[in-house]
Amino acid sequence: MLQVEAVDKSFGDFMAVNRANLTVGKGELVAVIGPNGAGKTTLFNLITGQLKPDRGRITFKEEDISGLPPYHICKKGVARSFQIVNIFPRLTVFENVQVAVLSQQKRSSNLFRPAQNLAVEETNSILEDVALSDKIMDIAGSLSHGDQKILEIAIALGNEPELLVLDEPTAGMSPEETFATMGLIKKLASTRGLTILFCEHDMEVVFSFAQSIMVMHQGRTLIQGKPEEVRRNKEVQEAYLGD
Amino acid sequence: MFRGIIDLKSLWLIGAIFIILLILPPIIPRFYTYILTLIFVTALLAMSLNLCVGYGGMFQFHHGVFYGVGAYTVALMLTKTSLPVWVGFIAGPIVAAAVGLLIGWFCVRLTRLYFGMLQISLGSLIWAIAFRWYTLTGGDDGIHGIPMPSLLSSLNSSYYFILIILVICLIVLYLIVKSPFGRTLQAIRDNPERCEAVGVNVRRHQLITIVIATFFAGIAGVLFVVLEHSVFPDLMFWVLSLEAFIMCLLGGWFTFAGPVLGAAIMISLRTFVGIYTEYWTLILGIVLILLIFFLPEGVMGYFLEKFKPRAKEVVERSSELNVAG
Repeated sequence: MLQVEAVDKSFGDFMAVNRANLTVGKGELVAVIGPNGAGKTTLFNLITGQLKPDRGRITFKEEDISGLPPYHICKKGVARSFQIVNIFPRLTVFENVQVAVLSQQKRSSNLFRPAQNLAVEETNSILEDVALSDKIMDIAGSLSHGDQKILEIAIALGNEPELLVLDEPTAGMSPEETFATMGLIKKLASTRGLTILFCEHDMEVVFSFAQSIMVMHQGRTLIQGKPEEVRRNKEVQEAYLGD
Repeated sequence: MFRGIIDLKSLWLIGAIFIILLILPPIIPRFYTYILTLIFVTALLAMSLNLCVGYGGMFQFHHGVFYGVGAYTVALMLTKTSLPVWVGFIAGPIVAAAVGLLIGWFCVRLTRLYFGMLQISLGSLIWAIAFRWYTLTGGDDGIHGIPMPSLLSSLNSSYYFILIILVICLIVLYLIVKSPFGRTLQAIRDNPERCEAVGVNVRRHQLITIVIATFFAGIAGVLFVVLEHSVFPDLMFWVLSLEAFIMCLLGGWFTFAGPVLGAAIMISLRTFVGIYTEYWTLILGIVLILLIFFLPEGVMGYFLEKFKPRAKEVVERSSELNVAG
């Protein structure tokens, strides 16, 4: 479904991403791992258009999407969440998700109908799926960190994506919250038929949830394979797992 | 059309204010009628600016230019051409919006402070044209004695005309703010990067907002000419833009009606303080300092917070009080 081929991105002299390769098949749960500064977030930013690649090709459903602006890529069916909480803090929880749903329904430029009667069902169903329905009238900025991370995913779902790109969906969560959140993501993937690409620091989480793992090191792709293959790989052990 | 976006209590309040404003002119002295009318005109300017500032999060630093362009357009058309009056009235906002499109097209390519700086420089260019082009605009003298149709020649009739146009504009602005367009705009204000990631073309959305806001600023400019029968380059000077900006902040830029209140306070202050001192800008500075320290959400924001918290917060607070008690 998603193909990243020999993609480069440098900031000045620093090669943040250096000939990275990644394959995500339909319906898969794919993880990208690597030490801090390995280029995971940069790679995600390249995929969803926040950054433009210097070289290489990114294709989504056989269509070249490298270098398109984010709103364009989003319309093609790729939604994402961010590592640092990235929500609309002054809007309510409901409005946060509704903005995405309205955009999906191409209603963002509608000027003369009250917004509050539009896209209500879709928005509520998403909030129900992520178990935030009891907080719909809360101002998003007042939610707990964990809830804000979940809201972040809910906003991404508002675009009815086929591919969901999650940049450290559990950053800053306790171990229990982390497992609950990953369980939620897995459930969403199966009920909504999503393909999921995520990155994560917690090795235990990655190896128990991901079907395919790509390891990045200093911007390069070391290997992509099934969890067992990755665990056995010499280079990975030296570079990253350290044992 | 309005179902669910306005509650009955606010509607009664607004209706009451409107009726009071309707019966005032014959009762109060002429001078106060004039001040009220000036407040209406300025309120529309501040409201249009707040669409950019409060709802769009854009540093629209030189909004006065579009007010001035609207006013000059109608003034020039009424004095230099023999077209019917209403053509001038319609041309004012349209020309203002066209200039808004032109300036906005450059500005939305920049963010935050850079947006504001570019707008000040482009806006000052237009001010310079009005200031220097004597043969067309009358330079720093401006244009005076602009003929108005007899229907609008008396102060009371222009009072009612301006009031009604203001009410219509406020209704339209309210609908825009509550529409999906308005909600997306507020999302852009909160987080433009995230908005791009949910599929919104942020720059286009901002540009449309600027065009709408400058259109309404143009209407305010036309109304100014209806009231004053004259135009002068100060309408486009940056001090006026700053005053409009402060009106938004003072009234409460995260509330809908805040800028109207801000305009009322500023115009009253300028008028009545002006009797005692000529250092109006000094007073303006003091107001700004007090505002930053004590009313960061503006007057309207303060009162809404104090008297009308969201229903849920009331429950939470009262339960907190119960625990504390």
